[in-house]
Amino acid sequence: MNSETSTTTYFVIYFALVALTLATCGLSFVPHFEWHTSVGLAIASAKVVLIALFFMHLISSTRLTWLALLSGLLWLSILIGLTLADYATRAVLSF
Amino acid sequence: MSTISAPFRPQSSVRQTPTAGENYVNAAYGTRSWLLTTDHKRIALLYLVSVSSMFIIGGLAATLIRLNLLTPNGAFMTADTYNKTFTAHGIIMVFYFLVPVIPSVLGNFLLPLMIGARDLAFPRLNLASWYIYMVGAAMILWVIFSGGIDTGWTFYTPFSSKASHTDVIPAMIAIAIAGFSSIFTGLNFIVTVHYLRAPGMTWFRLPLFVWSLYATSLILLLATPVLTVALFLVAVERIFGIGIFDPALGGDPVLFQHLFWFYSHPAVYIMVLPAMGIVSEVITCFARKNIFGYPFVVAASLGIAVVGFLVWAHHMFVAGQSVYAALVFSLLSYCVAIPSAIKVFNWTATLYRGSISFRTPMLYILGFIGLFTLGGLTGLFLAALGLNVHVHDTYFIIAHFHFIMVGGTVMAYMGGLHYWWPKITGKLYPESWGRISALLIFFGFLLTFLPQFVLGYLGMPRRYFAYPPEFQVLNVLSTAGASILAVGYALPLTYLIWSLRYGPDAGPNPWEATGLEWQTPSPPPTHNFAEIPVVDCGPYEYSGEEVPDHGH
Amino acid sequence: MATDHAPATWHHFDDLEHQQQTTLFGMWAFLATEVLIFGGMFTAYTVYRMQYSAAFEAASRHLNLWIGGINTLVLLTSSLTMVLAVHAARHGQRRATTTQLLLTAALGSVFLALKAVEYYLDYRDNLVPLYAFDPAEWSALNVRPQHVELFLIFYYCLTGLHAVHLIIGIAVVLVLAVFAHRDYFTKEFHSPVEAWGLYWHFIDVVWVFLLPLLYLIGSRAIVG
Repeated sequence: MNSETSTTTYFVIYFALVALTLATCGLSFVPHFEWHTSVGLAIASAKVVLIALFFMHLISSTRLTWLALLSGLLWLSILIGLTLADYATRAVLSF
Repeated sequence: MSTISAPFRPQSSVRQTPTAGENYVNAAYGTRSWLLTTDHKRIALLYLVSVSSMFIIGGLAATLIRLNLLTPNGAFMTADTYNKTFTAHGIIMVFYFLVPVIPSVLGNFLLPLMIGARDLAFPRLNLASWYIYMVGAAMILWVIFSGGIDTGWTFYTPFSSKASHTDVIPAMIAIAIAGFSSIFTGLNFIVTVHYLRAPGMTWFRLPLFVWSLYATSLILLLATPVLTVALFLVAVERIFGIGIFDPALGGDPVLFQHLFWFYSHPAVYIMVLPAMGIVSEVITCFARKNIFGYPFVVAASLGIAVVGFLVWAHHMFVAGQSVYAALVFSLLSYCVAIPSAIKVFNWTATLYRGSISFRTPMLYILGFIGLFTLGGLTGLFLAALGLNVHVHDTYFIIAHFHFIMVGGTVMAYMGGLHYWWPKITGKLYPESWGRISALLIFFGFLLTFLPQFVLGYLGMPRRYFAYPPEFQVLNVLSTAGASILAVGYALPLTYLIWSLRYGPDAGPNPWEATGLEWQTPSPPPTHNFAEIPVVDCGPYEYSGEEVPDHGH
Repeated sequence: MATDHAPATWHHFDDLEHQQQTTLFGMWAFLATEVLIFGGMFTAYTVYRMQYSAAFEAASRHLNLWIGGINTLVLLTSSLTMVLAVHAARHGQRRATTTQLLLTAALGSVFLALKAVEYYLDYRDNLVPLYAFDPAEWSALNVRPQHVELFLIFYYCLTGLHAVHLIIGIAVVLVLAVFAHRDYFTKEFHSPVEAWGLYWHFIDVVWVFLLPLLYLIGSRAIVG
């Protein structure tokens, strides 16, 4: 595989991940605010993006690989989304 | 000089020209060479034997069911035994026959040949898939014959998670194991189609059977894991006495149904898409015509695979989901019929002004088109919320899905088995017996399942070992049909095996079909092609002349 | 040049590069299925979290964030060593590959050890539904104990499934380390290391999501 990622890059990403982890744990000690959960998940997503792009070499992978990964995520959102179509609307109107 | 397939080690890159008469069957002898093979063709035959055996066992369960239903009070079974029998029938037929049969038998054999490859992408994984299937099959048979399970193949909670006293956990483990087998097969197919096509074999020159296997593999990959999770969570509840489907904890049993049907609805497209692929192959050959609207058939296959994931809760209209969700799923269920209909239109247009010959494979395929269409139309009835409430859990449903699975998938499989039998074995089966069996199966099927539509509409519930006396006549008709079906299935079993020894040699292309699989000897050599072909045309360049008659 | 130990290309591939690309794509396809296995549980979790947010928050606060946080760092570090192993394998560096693989396995084992300690502490703190659980403790916090039990079931199922995947990963990485030590991999052929590296990172990714979903639902700030 022809990847130009250097060892330095790996370490930089690693320390970014550590920092984000500390941030997300630190967030937990902040009093609860409205976007608390969303921020937590956003930080987690940022970490996952970094791991995927650099540690999993997604950044230098084929379009097909991207397609495989995005398909998995899309299907997961179908599963969660349509299931919630039931649960989120039960209180609204039911027999 | 023959090349012995070395197990678990890659072949030498130096290709040896096979000697005359050497093929994948006689390339090596002995049990080890079969049980440790990595040749996709041999693995296909291993599957053929296992899957056929499971079909026979599942069929025996069906026989017992139909015999019991000859009289209103249940002819010879207790309610409990009946529950175990229909559960066994459902589990074996769905997970151990219908899901694997076309992909793992015909798909395994033909996919590399059809795209001009020498094997699947991961030959050892292919063998592992078969062993995993065998472990799952052995386990489920042990469960069934050592006491059985009575939850129905659908394992609804809370009965399966709390109340059932049968071996639910081993059954679910066995099914999860079979699920892994199918995941690995699907994975192998997808990677193979992406990476191992011969030069010139562009995506839009692929045979439609390959496209259908690709679409099927997408479903196998993305749906099966969710079944595994659903069963795992039920197992947790049974083992630890506490679980997430338990209403006492605030859990919702219907959540199991959501997770279960997220797999099990796409599963029916796993069963039918490869069958549709076979139809496209056989119909073009026996109408001597290019398929009408190739891009639309491709789009329809992918469309079925995708939209099939969006309709699962139509199995749950009366389960207690919200009305809005029911509306959404009802609408989406109507949408999923569209790509299937497009395919039927395209096949019909392919037949139009074709040179049609009514050989055995064609008879099966024409039967498929009729029965699948009927079954699909009744699916539209069921997508309507109002009607669904009336016929849910009745014989209407049973008739509907048997029209698709038996009238559809099994007929197409039989057609494909006959069509490619000469390629797989190098022998021709006896044509008149083939036609007789096809007709027996077709009419036996109609007699078995048409009465069940009426029974369901009149209100006979499913999964009941006894019924009100006014339903007896229809039940007896259905059982009579089932016995004709049984004969219809027994005949090919007999004459196909007979043909192995006594059938005339087929030659490389007895049907004068297009397609790369017919450009190599029958049976094919281990490495499939002496030289990898270079493709320069579409898959169905037929000229319109008749299929040659071998006078048998 | 392939050594005596490295296998020749399989007969159905054009060359090693072709074989390697295929292998990696196969692993990505497999990871897509894994997304749906964990995703199935995430779905169930989401359904209940929406309905019982108060109980889930309260329960989440009782989880051991120290161990959870440290374990996150351990696993991230193991991801670093894994990618360094892949890097070394790409450059044909036998000793570096072996060392990094062994480090990865070691860090994974540290994670498991800490997890085991954490499970023991959870048991000691009455956080095991049905087996070590005090409903009164939760009623006092104004949440339904049953809903807390629901949360805890998810906690054990999710972390348990994750741990099973990690065990498999450690076993595979150890086997790879043995092969690497025996000079089995070369610059041209090292696809097993790359492929199982992807698997390892995926395990890390799952944990990165589990941390906020299980441990960080509610705030631990002491509201004065």
